[in-house]
Amino acid sequence: MSYIAKSKFHHPKLPVNDLGLTRRDYEGPLSTLCAGCGHDSISAAIIQACHEVSIEPHKIAKLSGIGCSSKTPTYYLDKSHGFNSVHGRMPSIATGANVANKDLLYIGMSGDGDSASIGLGQFSHVVRRKLNMVYIVANNGTYGLTKGQNSAMTDFGSKNKKGVENPFEAIDIVSLALQLGATFVARSFSGDKDQLVPLLKAAMAHNGFALIDCLSPCVTFNNHVGSTKSYDYVRDHNEALNRTDFVPMKEEIVTHYEPGSSREVCLHDGSMLHLHKLDDEYDTSDRVAALHYLQRKQGEGKVLTGLLYVNTDTPDLHEIANTVDKPLNQLVEVDLCPGNATLQNINESLR
Amino acid sequence: MRVVENASKDKTMNNGKRVDQAVRINDFVIKFANVNGTGSASANHLFAKSIFRLGIPVSPRNVFPSNIQGLPTWYEVRVNEQGYLGRKDTVDIMVAMNAQSFVDDVNSVEPGGYVLYDATKPLDTERFRSDIHWIGIPITEICMREFSNPKQRQLFKNIVYVGALTALLDIEFSVVKDLIKDQFAGKEKLITPNVFALELGCQWARENLTCPLNIRVKRLDNLANKILIDGNEAAGLGCVYAGATVAAWYPITPSTSLVDSYSKYCERLRIDAGTGKKKFVIIQAEDELSAVGMVLGASWNGARAFTATSGPGLSLMSEFLGLAYYSEVPVVLFDVQRGGPSTGMPTRTQQSDVLAAAYASHGDSKHILLFPSNPTECFQLAAEAFDLAERFQTPVITLSDLELGMNDWTTDKFEWDDATQYDRGKVLSADDLDALTAQGKEWGRYNDVDGDGIGYRTYPGAHPEKGAYMTRGTSHDAFARYTEKGDIYVEGMERLQRKFETAANVLPAPVIRPSEQNSLYGVIFYGTTDLAMQEALDLLKEQGIELDVMRIRAFPFCNEVFDFVEHHKRVFVVEQNRDAQMRMLIINEGDINPAKLDAVLHYNGMPITATFIVDSIAGKLQKMIPNNQFVDTAPNATPSKKGAK
Repeated sequence: MSYIAKSKFHHPKLPVNDLGLTRRDYEGPLSTLCAGCGHDSISAAIIQACHEVSIEPHKIAKLSGIGCSSKTPTYYLDKSHGFNSVHGRMPSIATGANVANKDLLYIGMSGDGDSASIGLGQFSHVVRRKLNMVYIVANNGTYGLTKGQNSAMTDFGSKNKKGVENPFEAIDIVSLALQLGATFVARSFSGDKDQLVPLLKAAMAHNGFALIDCLSPCVTFNNHVGSTKSYDYVRDHNEALNRTDFVPMKEEIVTHYEPGSSREVCLHDGSMLHLHKLDDEYDTSDRVAALHYLQRKQGEGKVLTGLLYVNTDTPDLHEIANTVDKPLNQLVEVDLCPGNATLQNINESLR
Repeated sequence: MRVVENASKDKTMNNGKRVDQAVRINDFVIKFANVNGTGSASANHLFAKSIFRLGIPVSPRNVFPSNIQGLPTWYEVRVNEQGYLGRKDTVDIMVAMNAQSFVDDVNSVEPGGYVLYDATKPLDTERFRSDIHWIGIPITEICMREFSNPKQRQLFKNIVYVGALTALLDIEFSVVKDLIKDQFAGKEKLITPNVFALELGCQWARENLTCPLNIRVKRLDNLANKILIDGNEAAGLGCVYAGATVAAWYPITPSTSLVDSYSKYCERLRIDAGTGKKKFVIIQAEDELSAVGMVLGASWNGARAFTATSGPGLSLMSEFLGLAYYSEVPVVLFDVQRGGPSTGMPTRTQQSDVLAAAYASHGDSKHILLFPSNPTECFQLAAEAFDLAERFQTPVITLSDLELGMNDWTTDKFEWDDATQYDRGKVLSADDLDALTAQGKEWGRYNDVDGDGIGYRTYPGAHPEKGAYMTRGTSHDAFARYTEKGDIYVEGMERLQRKFETAANVLPAPVIRPSEQNSLYGVIFYGTTDLAMQEALDLLKEQGIELDVMRIRAFPFCNEVFDFVEHHKRVFVVEQNRDAQMRMLIINEGDINPAKLDAVLHYNGMPITATFIVDSIAGKLQKMIPNNQFVDTAPNATPSKKGAK
């Protein structure tokens, strides 16, 4: 049995958020992933982010496909409904779920194989459709559950555990998302909680499709010398573009920043993002420039992290579909059924 | 120059070969042979609907190629006062407007029948056949003379021959004229030229031909409770009435018009009056996998959602159907079947997805199937499918076919009971969850507390503390927790089986019609075979063959289905596929001796005919019982009534 419940006891002085909940209220049962797995750090970051923004756990839906990444929703937010679906198909489940009830926060958890190999089609189209969701790719560049095969996001030339170099080009899901119209695109590293947690909070507040491609080393199959997804490699080649401060709407902005060194982004719900630029060249509002810069840095062997692009003015799928304000799953007979009198008129029109 | 002949004018040219028709009223097949993409379909529809408006049972069939423009296309209209509306393999009148298929078209006409053709260019008709009547009308010449716009010259050829047919078949001109007015209501500019073209054809026929022909139409006014509609439009409307709010689909013939219908009626009936916003979402997915995935996501989240597809799409959806079956998420799926396997015959009809639908997906999985037989049932079963899917928390696949989905049928009017409450199944609200806690009870998503195999579900977001669980395609215990323990897995699989047994008893029951005598022989059929079957049974009766009949309407089968088989010496299973799929399903599910079920199979892509059924069954019976001893005359043997309802 791989469902191991955690004890509910916690330290009496554990901090509570605005809802009076501790971070333990956002946890799930024990993880069954390998000790040191990057994915567990992502789970911890999600728990921290949700706790800090004081979202009610039951207002979140967790969705995933298949793979190590997709097992993780079991290990956080056990007061949230979850759907661990089939391989590469989480985007369609998320789309249907979101269409049915726009009032929940949808967190999709996927992996590099789940999103870029078997699920590339669904990934591309959920981006195109501008679904309002947070889409996290726990990117370890390998198939963990089936013991270390390459995925479509394994870098060209990266060595597997047996020392064989990958002869194929990698799909860069971040470039793809930019091209296909994602309105919040970030890359982060599971080992950099200070960067990841504010990005998650901002992505959750963002209205539209938010992608976080999170490099997440596989300690068992992809953490060796020669791999471009090992802890050491990512730390050595990480080039952070910016640092993000997430300020919820209700908090007064007290910190002052040097002019020119930061950019403020007002999100849909009134919360603010402060982006501390670490790279003067980079502009998070310029999609074309972002694509260009990303390609150039990749050529230099750098792993760019931080918020790469954000656009708060694009309508999401519900606005495009012009759906009623009430979630569709709350409509009842009187809202939906035209009744027999109308049917008799239809009958007449068919005569 | 013109060859203008008809039965009454041209008796001298018979040479003993050309047979005059006896006068036949309201009983014929007329076939229109056209070129795809020339606007013929709407003119032909105009003709068929005019017959309907005269109150005469009519069944038009669009026999079209998988092509946008240029290939031959046909439109068959069967007119039958007695209501026999299955396809008939004979043609009494051919409107031969396509040079490419002309020879074959002419050859398909019954001896003594009629060919209406464009006589603008001279044609030596005797070179083709002299045992039929040729009706030459200078259609192109008329259109060239009367219209200047090249598009109109082409388009109105069709209306001109419809006009001629009103005279030839004695159709009330005003009926067709009114129909044009109705069809172009709001586009007044189109009415005048259409009516003019109609008059041109009618007038020319009256002036140059002896009208009417011996085959003709007479007002019957016998369709007060009927409408003319195709099954896809009916099913799409049924989804609106059933409260479906989410449609996710991928275009595929012959199912596309089902979602088109849903869209059409939603745009009319589901717009919020105050805001102009929509109480529905239609998503054209990137493929069928995604389409059905969206249905799962929406249904899981408590909205009524559906998809429509055909065979190739069903194959692609199989993975998700397995997930829906095992994680117990409602799915409503319409499979409008076409000719398989693979891409097969996309524009022809078949019933060949029965097994693929019943057992779709790997592992032990099975699904509820519904088999509508006419558009009225498409409407009713579409609505019922949502209740069943939510009640049993599982996929419900409605198996229609091209014959039903894309052709207009003379069918019963739709009715809706305004007191209808949707059956949303076992769903716990926040209050329900609190009440359980108060009673000291623990809720488990897959806990079979009622013994019917159906657990209680919760929608995401229902309660701050309770009711959350992980929906998963991996093996799980009664509390939705992942497990690899064999006994717990088996418990879950047995519960799913129990759920199916519960379902079998509440699904639409088979329609059983015992013969007047106690026949030892029975017939099982389903879906669109119904049309031809009604006629076939009457024809068999004329031959002295009486059979008990059962029309299956759902799977899993209730006991009545197996009882029917048990209580007959031999049962014919008539279906439109090669492999006798329904027969296999009955044998498999009921542990039936295969020798008891005799397959009658029609699968060339055209709808089954009464003649085919009659010839097959009569032939088989002759071999089995040369002296036609098919009725049980023994004193105490009255088995067939047991299965009767």
